[in-house]
Amino acid sequence: MTYSYYKNMQLNNIIFVYQGEVTADLVSSILHMMENKLDGDGEDKKIKKKVFNVMVECLQNVYHHLDTLEVNVSDSEINDRTALLMIGKEEKDYYVITGNHILNNRIAALKSRLERVNNCDKNELKTLYQAILNDGEMSEKGTAGLGMIDIARKSGQKLGYDFHPVSEKYSFFSLEAKVARV
Amino acid sequence: MRNLIIEPTAKTPKVILNSDINVFEISGRSIPEDSVGFYRRILDWVDEYAKSPNPKTNFKFQLEYFNTSSSKCLLDLFRKLEKLSKSGHDVVITWCYDADDEDMEETGEDYKALLEVPFELVSV
Repeated sequence: MTYSYYKNMQLNNIIFVYQGEVTADLVSSILHMMENKLDGDGEDKKIKKKVFNVMVECLQNVYHHLDTLEVNVSDSEINDRTALLMIGKEEKDYYVITGNHILNNRIAALKSRLERVNNCDKNELKTLYQAILNDGEMSEKGTAGLGMIDIARKSGQKLGYDFHPVSEKYSFFSLEAKVARV
Repeated sequence: MRNLIIEPTAKTPKVILNSDINVFEISGRSIPEDSVGFYRRILDWVDEYAKSPNPKTNFKFQLEYFNTSSSKCLLDLFRKLEKLSKSGHDVVITWCYDADDEDMEETGEDYKALLEVPFELVSV
């Protein structure tokens, strides 16, 4: 059993995987650990910074999202604020994958934001970032709606995403961001 | 007025706001979950300082990393400095970035484009 987990992670180039509750301390620990890992691997400074930035935004995005998710104890399929966090290193890219439950009625808005970001080229992302930075209202949590745009800018690649239906009320949202290693 | 000195942590920057020696600096990492909470003290300090500012204010930023929730707080801070500048005071914002950190350079350009206050980009 353990060996198959190991082989599976190795095959998928997974450095790190976590399933569970996401706290601010956990985010700090993961960032610290991954920073050491990147340093230890002697990763190029530019790549390291990009990967670190993308990790910060992806992990904090989940943290803020779960913090706002109202969990109803009667919903047996989602009885806690758990998420999936994965970081991997492939031949050409680092990748950061997050997965968390989302209310179905919020999918349309999120999907249109993701589509908008993915349809932008580099310059359009810059313009969009400036516009939202300048006009966007800050939520109570201090998230400015800039996260996805920033991830896309730093990543330089399209964001991967998926909404997997879980129940009438919830879906499982996954987001994948890549950072090229060259 | 009282100086505001905040020691750095893994997620928050070092802050030196000392009007006695005319040093205004924020450096290091700014990646807290609660950026609004962290920056409130700084914004309040600048409000107080703006009541009787020094003849010249050079506010230096040298950030290694910052998250998007900090980016909004930084803009709020810049807006306060812009206001001070527009009211006739000598204010300069210096944005220092690591010579090979093009993302940090680009973010500096983003701010510069949005602001009407002397904003210098300095590669270090």
